[in-house]
Amino acid sequence: MGLENTLFESLPEVLTVKLDAVVNWARKSSLWPATFGLACCAIEMMNTVSSRNDLSRFGAETFRASPRQADVMIVSGRVSRKMAPVLRRIYDQMPEPKWVISMGACATSGGVFDNYAIVQGVDKIVPVDIYVPGCPPRPEMLVHAITMLQDKIMNESTRDRRDTFEPESRESIVPGTLPVTEGTALEKETEAEVAQKQVSRPYTIPARHERRRTH
Amino acid sequence: MSTAVENIPVDYEALDGALESNMVLSMGPQHPSTHGVLRLDLRLDGELIVKAIPDIGYLHTGMEKLFEYKKYQQGIVITDRMDYLNPLGNNLAYVMAAEKLLQIEIPERAQTIRVLFCELQRIASHLVWLGTHALDIGAMSVFFYCFRHREKILNLIEAASGGRMTPSYFRIGGLMMDLPAGFDRRCKQFLDDFPEALSTFETLVTGNTLWQSRTMGIGIISAEDAINWGLTGPCLRGSGVNVDVRRANPYTGYETYDFDVPLERDGDVWSRFKVRMREMAESHKICRQAMERLKPGPIKADAPKVVLPDRDDMRKHMDSLIHHFLIVAEGFNVPAGEVYMPIEGSKGELGCYMRSNGGPKPDRVHFRGPSFVNLQALPVMSEGEMVADVVAIIGSLDIVLGEIDR
Amino acid sequence: MADTAALIQFAEKLRTANAGWVTEIIDALGEVSVVVPRESIVDVCSTLKDEHGFDLLADICGADRGPEEEPRFVVNYHLFSTTHYGRLRLKVRVSEDDPKIHTVSHLWRTADWHERETYDLFGVIFENHPDLRRILLPSDFDGHALRKDYPLRGYEPYSMN
Repeated sequence: MGLENTLFESLPEVLTVKLDAVVNWARKSSLWPATFGLACCAIEMMNTVSSRNDLSRFGAETFRASPRQADVMIVSGRVSRKMAPVLRRIYDQMPEPKWVISMGACATSGGVFDNYAIVQGVDKIVPVDIYVPGCPPRPEMLVHAITMLQDKIMNESTRDRRDTFEPESRESIVPGTLPVTEGTALEKETEAEVAQKQVSRPYTIPARHERRRTH
Repeated sequence: MSTAVENIPVDYEALDGALESNMVLSMGPQHPSTHGVLRLDLRLDGELIVKAIPDIGYLHTGMEKLFEYKKYQQGIVITDRMDYLNPLGNNLAYVMAAEKLLQIEIPERAQTIRVLFCELQRIASHLVWLGTHALDIGAMSVFFYCFRHREKILNLIEAASGGRMTPSYFRIGGLMMDLPAGFDRRCKQFLDDFPEALSTFETLVTGNTLWQSRTMGIGIISAEDAINWGLTGPCLRGSGVNVDVRRANPYTGYETYDFDVPLERDGDVWSRFKVRMREMAESHKICRQAMERLKPGPIKADAPKVVLPDRDDMRKHMDSLIHHFLIVAEGFNVPAGEVYMPIEGSKGELGCYMRSNGGPKPDRVHFRGPSFVNLQALPVMSEGEMVADVVAIIGSLDIVLGEIDR
Repeated sequence: MADTAALIQFAEKLRTANAGWVTEIIDALGEVSVVVPRESIVDVCSTLKDEHGFDLLADICGADRGPEEEPRFVVNYHLFSTTHYGRLRLKVRVSEDDPKIHTVSHLWRTADWHERETYDLFGVIFENHPDLRRILLPSDFDGHALRKDYPLRGYEPYSMN
């Protein structure tokens, strides 16, 4: 949506709140996953799509084989070193807005396989939005992950997801190469902020039945 | 990427002067029809395939190295993830190889339950094969019907072991736990409903003229070629060679069950399809016989130094507690030796080569994955066919990349 | 599975055909293994395939006995016969300094990928192999992963840089 870029240069922030709600609602209700089934979790993903745990109820109607037409990449399975560049390339081929769900223990952190061949967590390659534990996670857990992602999308601002034409994106940071912040003032600042936010609520997005109506 | 076209050596160049019009198509690792992360390097002359070179290794997990660092009982968990459509078969190969090294006898109830679950797993694996094969060729509703029936089998496996797809139910010396209450009734219900499902598939798929024209005469491999290329399982029996490990080198009491080994003569995709459909019916027969034979009895072998004791026993008796502690903490020493234990997995001959040097961890474990060998024959089957037929051929080989790349 | 008498007969036939072909016959756990010196592996395999009916090569499996053992690597050939359902194992021991064995892929086409896998994971070189290159590990991988002295976690964690 190139409209977003021009819109946000010209309009003040308050006018985009209602637009956010509509746009985010549209985005979350038709999340089309890209087929990135690698191993056993892929079969559970296929189980999630089939008739007993029907994922298309939640908008994930079609699994697009081409990443150019997909919104969310569900990395399901172990990522080996030979496959890692392919994963990154598929992620890069997806247009904004895009999200990543890391399904299963192997995609989240290497899982059972702590050895030379498996990348210990797909977040070393792509930025991940939702992590789903399990080996393999039950289909209901993947459905919960999709609904959690939908809640996360509802809380986003459209400004964060515009197509990046700006010069800052040309120097986008490759994962794992962030400058060291240990011991600097930036780290203390961030820690203070985080400590403030750490109230008694756990850091998860509560499920529908757990939420109290706040808005 | 390290798997560039330049890495393929020069003497793989194509034949017969079609060089100028060759197009290289990389049917890449991320593809809906390759049943996993398989890359096919196709040299095309228009739509015809001149050369097909499979490129594997995108799911290499280093499992064989991992086995050497884990005690024997811990390795069972890893075998689940190898051929993830047939985890109980992988478990069985590994566990039986260890039992052969340890030379322990398995009680009869455990053997019957092992046969029952292996055949249920074979039906589940063939259902996924049918669903994905049909999906690739274009019949989408068959996919949903197959997975609906597979859910019932997964529920049965989950009832017994706790895991749908990674059960680790078979242990060295027997089973993990006995069958839960009500399992008989549920299993009988599934077995009663299954023939109707098979007849649905016959109507939808076998009798479909579109399916027949897409699969008949495609991907032919002769019997001599099939043996030379090491094919086993339905791929070999589709070409007319009557070899089934359950008949050739029987294990877990298969020689006492009454079943036929389906055989077809033509060696094309259609024959392999027919063999697998009939195998589902035969597995159903074996499951019924196993259910009839189930008698109460022990499910773990009488080898206290190897087999974990029951939890009640462990809580009441001191020696069981000590055995439990030692088995879990230190493992048991397996006498030195080597075995090769072949079983008939759902895809072919699944063999486990295990070598021990007397310690609690194996020295070398190697799995002969049937998909690894079957995939090697893909170029032979697909050269001269069109690109759309490659999808049908891959489906008929029934490959699982977890087993190929290990 | 105690039909080892028939299998030992095959091994003895090999020995009578040529004494240099069989170094040792091991009969344990219901299986028969024949240790073959590496120069004669092709002759032994072709005899077993043509005359004794072992037409299916089930598996070629390498093993590393440890960096201190000499010879270090042992390559196992698992043969199967579709006619009389017998199984035989051939073992060839090679040392680390000269890890070469002649290929059997002209006898059984299936040996192609098995030998590539053994080369990839252990470093055993098969002479006259049509296409000996890495199959499971990435082609720019350094080292042979299943050797005992290769660490389990590899040498460095994966990074995109």
